[in-house]
Amino acid sequence: MFRSHILVCGGTGCTSGNSMKIYDALVDRIQKAGLEKEVHVTKTGCFGLCAYGPIMIVYPEGAFYSQVKVEDVDEIVNEHIIKGRIVTRLLYKETVGEDGSIKALNDTNFYKKQHRVALRNCGVINPEKIEEYIAYDGYEALGKVLTEMTPQDVIDVISKSGLRGRGGAGFPTGRKWQFAKNSVGDKKYVCCNADEGDPGAFMDRSILEGDPHAVIEAMAIAAYAIGSDQGYIYVRAEYPIAVQRLTIAIKQAREYGLLGKNIFGTKFNFDLDIRLGAGAFVCGEETALMTSIEGHRGEPRPRPPFPAVKGLFGKPTILNNVETYANIPQIILKGADWFASMGTEKSRGTKVFALGGKIHNTGLVEIPMGTTMREIIYDIGGGCPNGKKFKAAQTGGPSGGCIPAHLIDTPIDYDNLIAIGSMMGSGGLIVMDEDNCMVDIAKFFLEFTVDESCGKCTACRIGTKRLYEMLCKVTDGTATMEDLDKMEELCYYIKENSLCGLGQTAPNPVLSTLHYFRDEYEAHVRDKRCPAGVCKKLLRYQVVADKCKGCTLCARNCPVGAISGTVKEPHVIDPNKCIKCGVCMEKCRFGAIIKA
Amino acid sequence: MKSLEELRALREKMKSQTDNRSVAGSDETVIKVGMATCGIAAGARPVLEALLDEADKRQLHNISISQTGCIGMCRLEPIVEVFKDGQKYTYIHMTADKARQVIADHVVNGNPCKEYLIGEN
Repeated sequence: MFRSHILVCGGTGCTSGNSMKIYDALVDRIQKAGLEKEVHVTKTGCFGLCAYGPIMIVYPEGAFYSQVKVEDVDEIVNEHIIKGRIVTRLLYKETVGEDGSIKALNDTNFYKKQHRVALRNCGVINPEKIEEYIAYDGYEALGKVLTEMTPQDVIDVISKSGLRGRGGAGFPTGRKWQFAKNSVGDKKYVCCNADEGDPGAFMDRSILEGDPHAVIEAMAIAAYAIGSDQGYIYVRAEYPIAVQRLTIAIKQAREYGLLGKNIFGTKFNFDLDIRLGAGAFVCGEETALMTSIEGHRGEPRPRPPFPAVKGLFGKPTILNNVETYANIPQIILKGADWFASMGTEKSRGTKVFALGGKIHNTGLVEIPMGTTMREIIYDIGGGCPNGKKFKAAQTGGPSGGCIPAHLIDTPIDYDNLIAIGSMMGSGGLIVMDEDNCMVDIAKFFLEFTVDESCGKCTACRIGTKRLYEMLCKVTDGTATMEDLDKMEELCYYIKENSLCGLGQTAPNPVLSTLHYFRDEYEAHVRDKRCPAGVCKKLLRYQVVADKCKGCTLCARNCPVGAISGTVKEPHVIDPNKCIKCGVCMEKCRFGAIIKA
Repeated sequence: MKSLEELRALREKMKSQTDNRSVAGSDETVIKVGMATCGIAAGARPVLEALLDEADKRQLHNISISQTGCIGMCRLEPIVEVFKDGQKYTYIHMTADKARQVIADHVVNGNPCKEYLIGEN
């Protein structure tokens, strides 16, 4: 037993902030002080509050230190660990009450409304130690399934829980497993989709980094349910920490006989391998993913046949997302009713979102389904920085759409998001404020899909390219109103005629911004003006003569000499020379330069 | 892993590694050892180690053992405070052996070791 635990975040966010050096320094100082028998230093998965990383937490006090530097380690050890005096200056400010008392982490705005199921072990256990996972009820669910339940029992529990695929489409997991179980085959496969490719989404990575055994355990349970003995985790090579921890986890599970032959003394055999993806976005699509595992070029194929009938190597296969799997052991242990008690009628349980963009608390949050966008953005996320006005939230990445400010009270679940023209997606949530141009956002996502289209079908390969060119015309100010109608027509054409999910959903960002922000498109086309002041070709910097004091600062800083004027007289910007770099506006002390 | 029992035995063993990794709940027994300069000089560290070791041996989980600063009565150090069932007990002039006895008699069996309590002698 240890009198104190120091948990250092080892997620990708904090690691890039040097948290592993902090960990090493802590271990070193604790050893030098001769305290290694009473104080335990652990690295854990993601705590979620990435904006304030590197993060660490010291128990039993529950002191939550944020933005820690290597130089702070001595003070933490000397003051807190040796003398028992909490280093208040490093505490996350939300945890310090007005009277100086320390609040529990779960009482802070960021954590209060969260409910952690898939992330329950992230930031609690050391992901590189299977023993810690076991101490937190790990592999109990697998043991229970193998010794007390039939495969059909397992599927019934999952079906009854109402769990739906967390990868985005929201297909009922129990039904998927049932199809695979009913399919006849001499060999069946269980696959995990960890090819998280949406820009701004990182929950799968965080789960693999923080709690890899939960995924392994769930895959073994799935294998038992459908009658499989081999699994594959398809994870992108761009996630080195996740790959490394998965590799360690699989090795440890094999050593303990939790993977391999005759698991828990039963006749059940299961083993697991990792396949690395080379970063193609289309490989997150299930048929392309399986083609890639088989060793071919990652291209989708038409469905049906569905993977549950004819999947990997032509055998019945189930493919679930990382977050879906992370829920499974808890559902087995706590029961279908427990899980179904959370969320909304058609979307049970919780969902992890990766908060990004113009928001205070960038990070990872897990909330019960049915929580409104307002609660996520304002209560948990802390709103937009610098007092800017919230404009829209983008969910579902390149397949999703924008949720405008007037729909912010929509409770989030699969069906509500589809109804308002977006989708759940894997859970990236990008917040945009008044400084974001919606046409530019649509263009950004289109550029991404043009780049990532595999090229197999014409609708996607050429359609997205043409659509992108039309968007460029809009942002350049050369489009006509007819172009907007043509764009919309092309969107529907691509949706209807593409082979796989990538193409079928690629026009969504354009359609939803056209729907909710048509006025912005029209401003670009008709008035040749970008209301948010983002699109450079439509931008004009102007001097407001009344405010200009003639200090010459702007003229001296202009890199192309586009500003002229004499001292103490209002200056003028020559639009033909101006390259719209914005330096003059930044430098002006009187707010005399505006974007028009 | 040959059986569920084997897994559960391992879990019991491993729990001691992860105990104390949360803020103590209201139903937990909390033990604090005064470990300012005065406490450490009077020999608080062996007392703390004995408490941790004894809790480990007995696989006690509903307990939080930690240190605290100067309690204010330096001449009575090492001091151990036990918070149990809404009551506070202050043990003074502690040693490693006395600490083990506190775990056994007081924490496990619910009989405070009166002879070591403050004000008893």
